[in-house]
Amino acid sequence: MREALKLKGIRMRNSKRERWPKVVVWSAAILISTVFFLILSSIVWHGIGQISWEFITAAPENAGRAGGIGPILVSTGLILGVAIAVALPIGLGTAILLSEFTPRESIFGTMVRRSLDILAGVPSIVFGLFGFVLFSNILGLGFSILSGGLTLACMVLPILIRSTEEGFRSATEEYRISAASVGLSKTTTIFRILLPAAAPGLSVGLILGVGRAIAETAALLYTSGYVDRMPTSLLDSGRALSIHIFDLSMNVAGGNEKAYASALVLVSILVVINIVSFYISNNWLRRRITII
Amino acid sequence: MSQRPSDALLIWTLRTCAVTAGVIVVFIALFLVQESLPALRSVGLLRFFTDSSWHPAENLYNLTPMLLGTLFAMVGSVLIATPLGILSAIFVNYYAPPKIAQSYRGVLGLLAGIPSVVYGFWGLVVLVPLIGELEPPGPSLLAGILILSIMILPTIALVADSSIGSVPKEYMTSAASLGLSRWTAIRRIILPSAKSGLFTGTILETGRAIGETMAVLMVCGNVVQIPKSLFEPVRTLTANIALEMAYALGDHRSALFVSGLLLMLIIVCLILAAEWISRGRIYA
Repeated sequence: MREALKLKGIRMRNSKRERWPKVVVWSAAILISTVFFLILSSIVWHGIGQISWEFITAAPENAGRAGGIGPILVSTGLILGVAIAVALPIGLGTAILLSEFTPRESIFGTMVRRSLDILAGVPSIVFGLFGFVLFSNILGLGFSILSGGLTLACMVLPILIRSTEEGFRSATEEYRISAASVGLSKTTTIFRILLPAAAPGLSVGLILGVGRAIAETAALLYTSGYVDRMPTSLLDSGRALSIHIFDLSMNVAGGNEKAYASALVLVSILVVINIVSFYISNNWLRRRITII
Repeated sequence: MSQRPSDALLIWTLRTCAVTAGVIVVFIALFLVQESLPALRSVGLLRFFTDSSWHPAENLYNLTPMLLGTLFAMVGSVLIATPLGILSAIFVNYYAPPKIAQSYRGVLGLLAGIPSVVYGFWGLVVLVPLIGELEPPGPSLLAGILILSIMILPTIALVADSSIGSVPKEYMTSAASLGLSRWTAIRRIILPSAKSGLFTGTILETGRAIGETMAVLMVCGNVVQIPKSLFEPVRTLTANIALEMAYALGDHRSALFVSGLLLMLIIVCLILAAEWISRGRIYA
């Protein structure tokens, strides 16, 4: 009891009425952790037995009830690749402009930031509708990896820009002043001095962006489609891992076992992503960046 | 610093990037409006609320059951997740020993990162059968509310954590020196000082609850009806789009874009409200 009353060196008054709040606060935390471990353990428990090299590489058979997820992993990777290849340059450019060339109060900066804040909140199914109209129909890409990747690129831009900007802001002012005093151009300063200093922020942004993109399902339903064959080009439809889980559990009777295994693969990738970004931001960034 | 040609080129490239990133949201809105117009013209806004049912094949377009489905699921999950999220933020800041607080934050981060389809799948194979034993059929509003609560909890918990964490440490020391008990200090001093952050968190989690698609699609049963109890299946606006977009044509397709536009409008209002409350620092 005495330890519990001490708080970072602050000693609070002992009171009988303190007991109930303490019980409530601890039970809330225990409840949340329990739910988390229940979800995680049920996926690991049912999925772990099926994970093998063959499951990772083989093609799905019998609508996914048998076989593996090889082509699905390839499609997922390609969709991610397209999304990052498009979002990275745009995001990096925007972040540099916002942090190095735009005063905090300028109208242009405020408008871009506000629009990105809204973009971050747009529901994924609305992204799906947008991608379906613009990329699949108007640009004529149909249900394809390209069209899914472009839709996801729009989705990950806000988180990518925010953490890259944070990275640039965490580079100290002395860098900019010393670079200017030895006569470096802005371009050289940015690419030779500030970019390396902002690398942790950029990588956290990238990792979180990949995490968001790989977790996405609704935006891909009507952009990259359902086809589970090995894709031969970016214009082929490709089934992402998340769509595979959805399809197995909702549309395929007896697909639950493989859905567990696929969910385990997806969750493991995300856990790794999370740990890496946590590690980078705790060690190199002043402030943590979280997905909200 | 003098402007050099390379710098001018750089600035223009960067501006192009920023404008591209900035107009995406405008494009989304424009396309939604453009695709919604046919239905808004031929069906009219009013009939989306007054038609006798949602039967697009028979030219009946009542969106009310879906709107209510979204609303009930949202209200239920926000009512569950908000107190839990705030308690969990109080836990990490004032009750947990530092080591436990750190790993608990890690757990929250992982919860935030789990994909909605995995939550939906877990709900479908674990939660729905449990609810079905309690009161059939199983896929229900209740299942949706529970899954959504788990999904939006990290949002409110992380935002509340950062806003409670930014309350000056002196507040707690002064409260201690005045002889207040810890809970009184938290309730009377810490929570009021963190108020705007807590509101922002609540608004953001509300937005997530409204926009969530896959998990509710998988556990709610998707029957178009106004539920009479927590155990009846419902269909939300987002699930409706995901289910029917595959085969919708003409006015039906356009009506789905109307519901997308509706979702977008709600989200924009929520985010502007959050920005207004926190004065532009919602993600800080």
